[in-house]
Amino acid sequence: MNNGAGAKRLGAQTVKFENRVPIISTATIAGPKETEGPLSDYFDVKLDDDMWDEDSWEKAESKMQREAVKIAVSRRGLALDDIDYIFAGDLLNQCTAAGFGIRDLNIPYFGVYGACSTMIEGLSLGAMMIDGGYATTAAAVSSSHYCTAERQYRNPLEYGGQRTPTAQWTVTGAAAAVLGYAEGSGTGDVQKEVYITHATTGRIVDFGVKDPNNMGGAMAPAAVSTLAEHFKATGTQPKDYDLILTGDLGTLGKSVAIDLMLEQGYDLSGLYDDCGCMIYDIEKQDVHAGGSGCGCVSITFCGYIINLMREQKLSRVLVAGTGALLSPTSTLQGESIPGIAHAAVIEI
Amino acid sequence: MEHENKEYLRYLDEKAPGSPTFKNIVWAFCIGGLICVIGQAFSNLYSKVCGLSDEDAKTAVSVTMIFLGALFTGLNIYPRIAKYAGAGTIVPITGFANSIVSPAMEFKKEGYVLGMAAKMFVIAGPVLVYGITSSAVVGIIYYIYTLLV
Repeated sequence: MNNGAGAKRLGAQTVKFENRVPIISTATIAGPKETEGPLSDYFDVKLDDDMWDEDSWEKAESKMQREAVKIAVSRRGLALDDIDYIFAGDLLNQCTAAGFGIRDLNIPYFGVYGACSTMIEGLSLGAMMIDGGYATTAAAVSSSHYCTAERQYRNPLEYGGQRTPTAQWTVTGAAAAVLGYAEGSGTGDVQKEVYITHATTGRIVDFGVKDPNNMGGAMAPAAVSTLAEHFKATGTQPKDYDLILTGDLGTLGKSVAIDLMLEQGYDLSGLYDDCGCMIYDIEKQDVHAGGSGCGCVSITFCGYIINLMREQKLSRVLVAGTGALLSPTSTLQGESIPGIAHAAVIEI
Repeated sequence: MEHENKEYLRYLDEKAPGSPTFKNIVWAFCIGGLICVIGQAFSNLYSKVCGLSDEDAKTAVSVTMIFLGALFTGLNIYPRIAKYAGAGTIVPITGFANSIVSPAMEFKKEGYVLGMAAKMFVIAGPVLVYGITSSAVVGIIYYIYTLLV
């Protein structure tokens, strides 16, 4: 049996969309610390209170997802009913930020979990859904919240402890993106349209790192695996992209990724950055190895990078969301940290 | 399947920046020492000014320091100091107060019984279990010693 998929597939992990899929709208919501960071100008909603008028941090995170979707959908004159599918996920147990956040939006829902790579996973799946002809529009949304993540993975906020130099700071932020076709999209709109052209789905890579305070080191091999596979499958080189971006490897993971890519014959110098190194002023904001969390790649990519593309300052970007597939239980049981990275090519 | 790429782990270990041990030790010494000086000041106050016996003064100092540890945890000052002080704020009795009050505050949202009360000892629990157990063991050894001598 041949269903015709062969023509859309490159290599073992990559799809090339037959019709590149427009990202017609994005919306970003950033927490107080992120708002103080260098990318502040690019966020749509800037919170000065990480509780956002709710009575728990979990509710605040859910609200962030909900509001991000609403803003992204309404921005291009769409209604929530117009969205055929939504792909949503977060870091909380059972993905409750997503489930509770969008429960009243009445959109057919796929819950996705790729840890901090969830946004790119959602975008990939949404684009496949649209290019496969099963949807006209799809939304992807993902979030993380410093306070909800800390209490789930680490210690209470008021506990007096020290972080190691390789520890990263969970981003409080949510972003939503709407993919597909809407009235007016791609027809000389005020903004330059941005498209997804390829998606490379990661394989789980585990090199045996057990330190949950060194997630950059745990995830870097996964990022390298996905990026190298992407270059091989598409026959491209790093220099074919204006920017290669990873999700949240942080300062250590970023330099590890550069080393490992060079070993594989890919020189990323001058072309590569990591959202975890961009979202904060690492020294001044005292975030040790940088930012992390689903929100990190979500708001950096959907806020900053996509805007640079709309302003035509970048025309071809390879973004790889990176995730550490651990849980507090797996860590306590002495398991190593499986890493994942999902990549997508975005063009104008 | 064994997930251990020894070569990578060795490389990562070398590449990862280490904790600034010397700086941490100096901070821990100064802040930890300062907390002890404050405790000593209370001890002097209680025994010399208030006229408590040495034994009572020691108890009163513990109570006072635990109260202050809890208070400064609630005011979100203790974790800010601890960020620099490390062991200097964990080891004194104020650190013990912090380790109990911080989860109590954090998990209040999940209810007073299964949230606050159940989670209160999530950090300090092991200290209590092994602290009490080892003191019992030492007590038994001491008891046997007194029988023999």
